[in-house]
Amino acid sequence: MDDARQVRMGKLRWHCRRALLELDIVFQRFWSEVGDNLDDATLDVMENLLAEEDHDLWELVSGRRQSEDPQTQALLTRLRAA
Amino acid sequence: MAYTVRKFDAVIVGAGGAGLRAAIQLSESGYKTAVITKVFPTRSHTVAAQGGVAASLGNSEEDHWHWHMYDTVKGSDWLGDQDAIEFMCRKANECVIELEHYGMPFDRTDAGKIYQRPFGGHMSNFGEKPVRRSCAAADRTGHAMLHAMYQRNVKANTQFFVEWMALDLVRDSEGEVLGVTAMDMETGEIVVFQAKATIFATGGSGRIYYSSTNAFINTGDGLGMAARAGIPLEDMEFWQFHPTGVAGAGVLITEGVRGEGGILRNAQGERFMERYAPNAKDLASRDVVSRAMVTEINEGRGCGPNKDFVLLDITHLDPATIMKRLPGIREIAIQFAGVDCIKEPIPVVPTCHYQMGGIPTNYSGQVVVPGKRSQNEIVPGFYAAGECACASVHGANRLGTNSLLDLLVFGKSAGETAVETLKQSPKAHKDLPQGEIDRALARVNRLNTQTGGTNVHETRLDMQRTMQKHAGVFRFADLLQQGVDKIKQVEEQVRQTEIKDKSMVFNTARIEALELDNLIEVAVSTMVSAEARKESRGAHVRSDCADSAEFPDGRNDKDWLKHSLWYKEGNRLDYKSVKLTPLTVETIALKKRAY
Repeated sequence: MDDARQVRMGKLRWHCRRALLELDIVFQRFWSEVGDNLDDATLDVMENLLAEEDHDLWELVSGRRQSEDPQTQALLTRLRAA
Repeated sequence: MAYTVRKFDAVIVGAGGAGLRAAIQLSESGYKTAVITKVFPTRSHTVAAQGGVAASLGNSEEDHWHWHMYDTVKGSDWLGDQDAIEFMCRKANECVIELEHYGMPFDRTDAGKIYQRPFGGHMSNFGEKPVRRSCAAADRTGHAMLHAMYQRNVKANTQFFVEWMALDLVRDSEGEVLGVTAMDMETGEIVVFQAKATIFATGGSGRIYYSSTNAFINTGDGLGMAARAGIPLEDMEFWQFHPTGVAGAGVLITEGVRGEGGILRNAQGERFMERYAPNAKDLASRDVVSRAMVTEINEGRGCGPNKDFVLLDITHLDPATIMKRLPGIREIAIQFAGVDCIKEPIPVVPTCHYQMGGIPTNYSGQVVVPGKRSQNEIVPGFYAAGECACASVHGANRLGTNSLLDLLVFGKSAGETAVETLKQSPKAHKDLPQGEIDRALARVNRLNTQTGGTNVHETRLDMQRTMQKHAGVFRFADLLQQGVDKIKQVEEQVRQTEIKDKSMVFNTARIEALELDNLIEVAVSTMVSAEARKESRGAHVRSDCADSAEFPDGRNDKDWLKHSLWYKEGNRLDYKSVKLTPLTVETIALKKRAY
């Protein structure tokens, strides 16, 4: 893994530390499953998703609200399945 | 190891409710203020607080701060300091209205006033009947509060250092605190934040337990740093537990589930609460339900391969009722317990929720320690507020909605006191003691050079399981004694943690190792303080200190009406008096805590 990607991954992992335990657990499971095997397009989607406020993010992750973006919705499905 | 020094008037560690409130006070007074935080401010754990903030505004019915004070003293099982409790309850209205002026979107009455709802333990007229005292912003009170205060700080030019990990206090040989060392996660750069006022607002430490409702960021960083700098930790045996966290995850299942008819069952399928509370059954108070659950598990009637949880059953309820009255519960059960609660019961255990103890302070937010002249000598330059601090307003048990009030009142108070002290202080900063900086650098260096050490994740798990088993919601003399030895063994493991990835840039493994250094101080202090306190009071309940004629509910005011102080050095305990004299009113006299 090149340095830039390693930094990006490290930053993303840290941004998965959230205010709500529910989200912490979902992201922890997800990272344990995928390791470093995420393509750049998914990393882009992840970055956008992580910019959400925690309560909004939980509504998306728990399925109470759907994302209008198909790529985000696909990532949310993976997160829930992890 | 290289480091740089940056000078500020004040440095605040933590950007949750208490840190942001303190920062407003300093920045708006024109002082150069830095706020160091591991996560973006509006992602602090204050976000998780939904219930509201208590204030006797009397918008919906008659209320008075004195009634609120009575409820808080009673809730604390008389371990709270009555001067600090009076201070907090009297300041509540002012702090809530200030927040309203900052733009906090409180729920409103038809007349446009802040809407208030009832909350457990808050009563009118000295315990007579429930009162509407909680001010909320829908179910996002903590979140809305953080946003309002963050915006105010941006306007006041507070300098935020986001994604920085504080490492250690800088304290000179005279005991004065001169700032804090911290590491930028993005670059690995280490900076000494030199300041005339250092305020800790680092939140709780609930991650010491295996089952905890706390987010992963709640690692007691302030408490670890204070303990390493020779500051005692106060009343660490007192932790509030919630009866129904999802087993293995900790995520809360609201009390509303039992309110709607949920039943707790043991491995035999028995509705065991009928034996412990024949009238209230599953709706008995939190502590009664938690103790019953632990007794079932300890006596071998727990569920699962390890017999370490009980079941919360709502399968007999109409699915339409579950979906309508308990929104979100089904998602939580599926996501975290792997069960559809419409068809299967949810595995639950009593779960750590809130830390009543912490860094000892007075009601002005100043950190205080026993000295030659008094039990509460001020540590110059050092302040603490919020869950990391022990003022002590929650004593042995916290009332709901008093946690948001605590961080507003004492965040502001710590900021105000720091401002007043800064006005009197000389212009120049004191010289930094090199040895203190080296102490922080040594922790980082050890991680860079450690080989053949222990695994951070496994060691943290050892600590969490030890705490859960030996110092959980219901405590036993033999388990506590064994727990003291076990947690000291875990502490030895923590001293030798090793990280494989030594990179400096956004290295989460390094941060987790540094956090574990802090957690273990909290864990040891909790175990040692709990083992020593030979009574039951509030959230600290021991099987060998049960209800008796001499000691109702096991509370022993003759020997134990005192605060515990745990010192890291020598792993020793000291005690200090509870302040039973309020500021202006009569003492709320000791009596049995009954609802």
